[in-house]
Amino acid sequence: MMRHLLSTGDLTRDEATLVLDTAAELAQVGDRSVKKLPTLRGRTVVNLFYEDSTRTRTSFELAAKRLSADVINFSAKGSSVSKGESLKDTALTLQAMGADAVVIRHSASGAAHRLANWVDGSVLNAGDGTHEHPTQALLDAYTMRDRLGRLDGLRVAIVGDILHSRVARSNVLLLTTLGAHVTLVAPPTLLPVSVHTWTCEVSYDLDDVLPKSDVVMMLRVQAERMRDSFFPSVREYSRNYGLDGERLARMPENAIVMHPGPMVRGMEIAAEVADSPRCTVTEQVANGVSLRMAVLYLLLGGS
Amino acid sequence: MRVQKPTKSDAGGDPEPSPEVPEGTRAVLDGNEINRALTRIAHEVLERTKGGQDVTLLGIPSRGVPLARRLAQRIERVEDLAVPVGSLDITMYRDDLRSAPVRALGRTEIPNGGLDDRVIVLVDDVLFSGRTVRAALDALGDLGRPRAVQLAVLVDRGHRELPIRADYVGKNLPTSLRENVTVRLDETDGHDAVLLGPSRPTAATARDGGLRPGPSRSRPGTTEGNA
Repeated sequence: MMRHLLSTGDLTRDEATLVLDTAAELAQVGDRSVKKLPTLRGRTVVNLFYEDSTRTRTSFELAAKRLSADVINFSAKGSSVSKGESLKDTALTLQAMGADAVVIRHSASGAAHRLANWVDGSVLNAGDGTHEHPTQALLDAYTMRDRLGRLDGLRVAIVGDILHSRVARSNVLLLTTLGAHVTLVAPPTLLPVSVHTWTCEVSYDLDDVLPKSDVVMMLRVQAERMRDSFFPSVREYSRNYGLDGERLARMPENAIVMHPGPMVRGMEIAAEVADSPRCTVTEQVANGVSLRMAVLYLLLGGS
Repeated sequence: MRVQKPTKSDAGGDPEPSPEVPEGTRAVLDGNEINRALTRIAHEVLERTKGGQDVTLLGIPSRGVPLARRLAQRIERVEDLAVPVGSLDITMYRDDLRSAPVRALGRTEIPNGGLDDRVIVLVDDVLFSGRTVRAALDALGDLGRPRAVQLAVLVDRGHRELPIRADYVGKNLPTSLRENVTVRLDETDGHDAVLLGPSRPTAATARDGGLRPGPSRSRPGTTEGNA
């Protein structure tokens, strides 16, 4: 296996399947009386978070702790970064302290790739700007396989703010590798210029795509990354691209609704849909821990 | 995992198709001898555990798992008692993880009812250094608190590196460290045999090697040196 996890595009089908299979085995650990394995005893994992995050950081922390690794949380606020230290110097400091793996989230696309050139340990990309978020895509694929029993031939619609979404990019790359068909649904203003080079279909019409989808993944509109206005009003966006109960009813009977979180209820997803048993948001969070355990084991477990 | 494929011998002891014996190795146990050894172990388990009421069998992947199932079938035939069977993967508890490329995990399946206050019989194919069993004992400690833990192996080839011994042994097989013991089972390899041959030169490092899930699962000779 590779030394770093920077992009889902680097994973072959076999490697991606191995990650999912390993996660399926490790999911049992959460049900045991002792929720811990000794595998990474004596290894150090640094969570280096330059952007706010609750879910991903705690998920990585819990995953590393369940494998008995030592975890250091390092957030930009209240650290030497706020005094002006560069990413490289921070990385070299962590290196000198003997970090075996660095989990990095950064607002700049490509930050994880840069870091991988500076440190000896493994680098795990936990989200870099609008580029990629590989563990999220892996846990999404895991959840789909868990719920629907397969990935090959699955029809997946990813709906919303594709332009600013690292989750969408990682998912398109991974799901295509695993044999699923992805359709992106968004207003033209929220699609990247280069979207025609992606290995997926594109549509502007949610109502057309929904009845043909086994999975619909709703994305949050990332207002914090927007410096222009991309749609006339929240109300109009919600009318055209929000998933409400009526639209859910038009989907195939066993189709599922996914969301990487955090959800904005009433915007991209209606409360009744978010609370429906067909919505997998909390499962995705639970699966995220097993999946990240699998990735940490596969990157750090061998020689 | 629940589907049990009846072995050829279970179907009534019809003659084995001549087991393929690779060049340079010889068969030390054939299918019938393996079956007789398992039948004897089944009786011994019942005797030692006074009827086997509290017994749970846990096979260690990969070849320990079908052996545990076969033992359970024999116990059921002898005593009309359904013994819970499961599997216990010890990969995450190994002491040599860092000396080889990362290993794919096997299945762990704990039977309903758990392990607390049960008499656990660990089942593996080859007992060698004892390190696998040490790892299995550690894993058990995290899964529950059995009343007792016993060990059943098809072959004990000696060369222990830890103070561990088996309670039930199919065959004691004195070996040299330069030799290699391979157990083949119908369920995993298509036929039953225990083979003794010279150790392959690259085997020590390439043994469980690799991540590619396909080939690494079905490779023959996985037991060599890891029990």
